[in-house]
Amino acid sequence: MMRLVMALLLSLPLGGAMAQQGSGSPPAGAPSVQSAAPEVGAGRGGPGNADQPATSDPAPQTGGARPAPMPRKPRVEVEPIPAPLPLTSRVDTDAAALEAQHAENGGVIDGAVSIPNQAAGILIQPQGRDWRGFRERILTIAGAVILLGTVFILAGLYLLRGPQRIDAGRSGRTLHRYGAFERMNHWMVAVSFVLLGLTGINITFGRTLLRPVIGAEAFTTLTLAGQAVHQFLSFPFVVGLMAMVVVWARDNLPSRVDIAWIKAGGPVAKGHPPAGRFNAAQKALFWFVLGGGILASISGYLLMAPGLLDNVITQQWAHVLHGAMAMVMMAAILGHIYIGTVGTEGAFESMATGRVDYNYAREHHSLWVEDRLAEARRTAAGAD
Amino acid sequence: MARLKFLCDSDRCIECNACVTACKNEHEVPWGINRRRVVTINDGKPGERSISMACMHCTDAPCAAVCPVACFYGTEDGLVLHDKDLCIGCGYCFYACPFGAPQYPRVGNFGGRGKMDKCTYCAGGPQQDSTPVEYIQYGSNRIAEGKLPLCAEMCSTKALLAGDGEIIASIYKERVQQRGYGSGAWGWRTAYREELPA
Repeated sequence: MMRLVMALLLSLPLGGAMAQQGSGSPPAGAPSVQSAAPEVGAGRGGPGNADQPATSDPAPQTGGARPAPMPRKPRVEVEPIPAPLPLTSRVDTDAAALEAQHAENGGVIDGAVSIPNQAAGILIQPQGRDWRGFRERILTIAGAVILLGTVFILAGLYLLRGPQRIDAGRSGRTLHRYGAFERMNHWMVAVSFVLLGLTGINITFGRTLLRPVIGAEAFTTLTLAGQAVHQFLSFPFVVGLMAMVVVWARDNLPSRVDIAWIKAGGPVAKGHPPAGRFNAAQKALFWFVLGGGILASISGYLLMAPGLLDNVITQQWAHVLHGAMAMVMMAAILGHIYIGTVGTEGAFESMATGRVDYNYAREHHSLWVEDRLAEARRTAAGAD
Repeated sequence: MARLKFLCDSDRCIECNACVTACKNEHEVPWGINRRRVVTINDGKPGERSISMACMHCTDAPCAAVCPVACFYGTEDGLVLHDKDLCIGCGYCFYACPFGAPQYPRVGNFGGRGKMDKCTYCAGGPQQDSTPVEYIQYGSNRIAEGKLPLCAEMCSTKALLAGDGEIIASIYKERVQQRGYGSGAWGWRTAYREELPA
C-alpha cells in the first residue's frame, strides 16, 4: 500500500519530464504529437519555470510588524441628492419663449450635432432677419439713393456750372504727368472696378430691374456669368490697388498745402489755390479708394471662400461690409469719373496720353509744375 | 387647402437620427448635404433636448425674399420650393435662413458653391412630377404620390410630425394635455409667427 502511494507521488512530478525528454515510450493519455515548446507550469509535469524565482537572490522576508493604520479622514458633509422632480412638474423650456428671447436679444440657439458639419449646430439664428432687412431694404434703398443722388448732383453740376474750362486757354505745350505703367495700372483697376460695380449692382438690383425685362432664364445666365466676372476681376483690382500704393502713395501723403487748399474752398474756390501733384480732394479719394478697396476685397474673398468663416453670422457681416463699402465707393468713383472726364477740361488726356496741357497743370497743380520746371532747369544746367 | 408644416416634439425626440438617414436615402442627396439634421441643445446637461430640423417652409420665407435671381416659389400647400435651374449658388438664402436649411454641394473652394439644395418636403421641384429629371435634381416626390415626408412618416417615436399645420398642432396639443408637459413647437414662432401654448 505504502509503495503504491510513493510510486504515485513520484510519478506525478517525474512523469511529464521524462516524456518530454523522449526517453522511453510516452505515458498513456499523452498526445502523440508533442508541442515544440516544453509545457511548463503547475500541473504540467513538475516544477515549471513559472514557479522558479526570477533571480538567485534570497527571497525577501515576509511578515513582520504591521504598519500603523492610516488615520481616518473626517467625513465630508455631502448634500443629499434630492429626488428628481416628476416630469410633469419640471420647469420646461418653452420653445416660443426661447425664440422670442433670442429674437429680442440676438444670439443663436445652438447645440450639438453628430454630423461633420459642426456649423449645423446652430438651430435657429435670428440674425438672419436683420441681414434680410439689410439686403432687402437698407442696401437697396440706401444704395439707390446714394448712387442716383450722386448721378443727379453731377448732372446738376454739369448743367448749372458746366465743365471747368482752362482759364488761360490751351497753351499748346504739354507736360509729362503719368508714365505708361501708371496709366496701364489705372485702367486695369478702372475696368475691373466698373465691371465689379456693374455685376454687383446686378446682384443687388437686377431681380427688380432686369429680371422682369429679360426673363428668369436669361437673367440667371447673365447673373451666373456676372458672378464669375465679379470673382475673377477681384484679382486684377486688388493687384492694381497694391501697385497704386507703390507708385502714388508718396505723392498722396497729406501736407500743409492741402490745408490751405481746403481753406481756400477746395474744388469750389475762386481762382486756383496752389496744389502739388495731387490736390487734397484727389488725396482723399486715393486713401478712401485704398481703404475701401482693402475692406471690400477682404470681405469679398471671405464670401468667396465660405469655408474660411466658421459660421453664418460672420458671413452676414462680411456681406454687410462688402455691400455698404461697394455702394459708397461707387458713388465716390462716379464723382471721380465726372471730374476726370467732362467735368474738367484737360483732365482726361493726362490719363489717356500721359501728358497734360501746360496751362491746365499750372492752374490745377501749380506747385507740381514749379517742381517739374525746377527739375528741368537743373537737368538743363547739368547738361551744359 | 392644407398648409403643410413640420413639428418636432422635442419631448419625444431621442436623437436617433433616423429622419436624417431616411431623408438621405430617399432622395440620394450627395455627401456632405444634410437636408435634415438633429440638434441637441444642452447636450449632457439637465434640460437636454433634441430637435430634428430642416427647412420649415416659412410663411413669408426669408430665402425667397433675399434671392437675387428669385428662384424660389410657393406651392398651394404653403411649401417653399426652389428652381435649381435658376439658382446661382450665391449663398444669400443661407445667410437669411433662420434654420440653416440651405445646403451647397461645394464648400470652401474658390468660386461657386454649386446649386443650393434643401428640404423639398418630399415634394420635388418645378420639373414634371415623379420623373427621373425631377428625381436627380430634387429627390423623390412623395407628395405627388399622396404621401407625407418620409422623415416624419418613419419617426420611431412619432416626435416629428408632418402634415396640415392645424392637424399636427392639435395632435401636439392633445399630447401635451395628456402628459402634462411640453416645450412647444420649435421654430414655429420664427417660421410661422405662431405659438403653440405648451
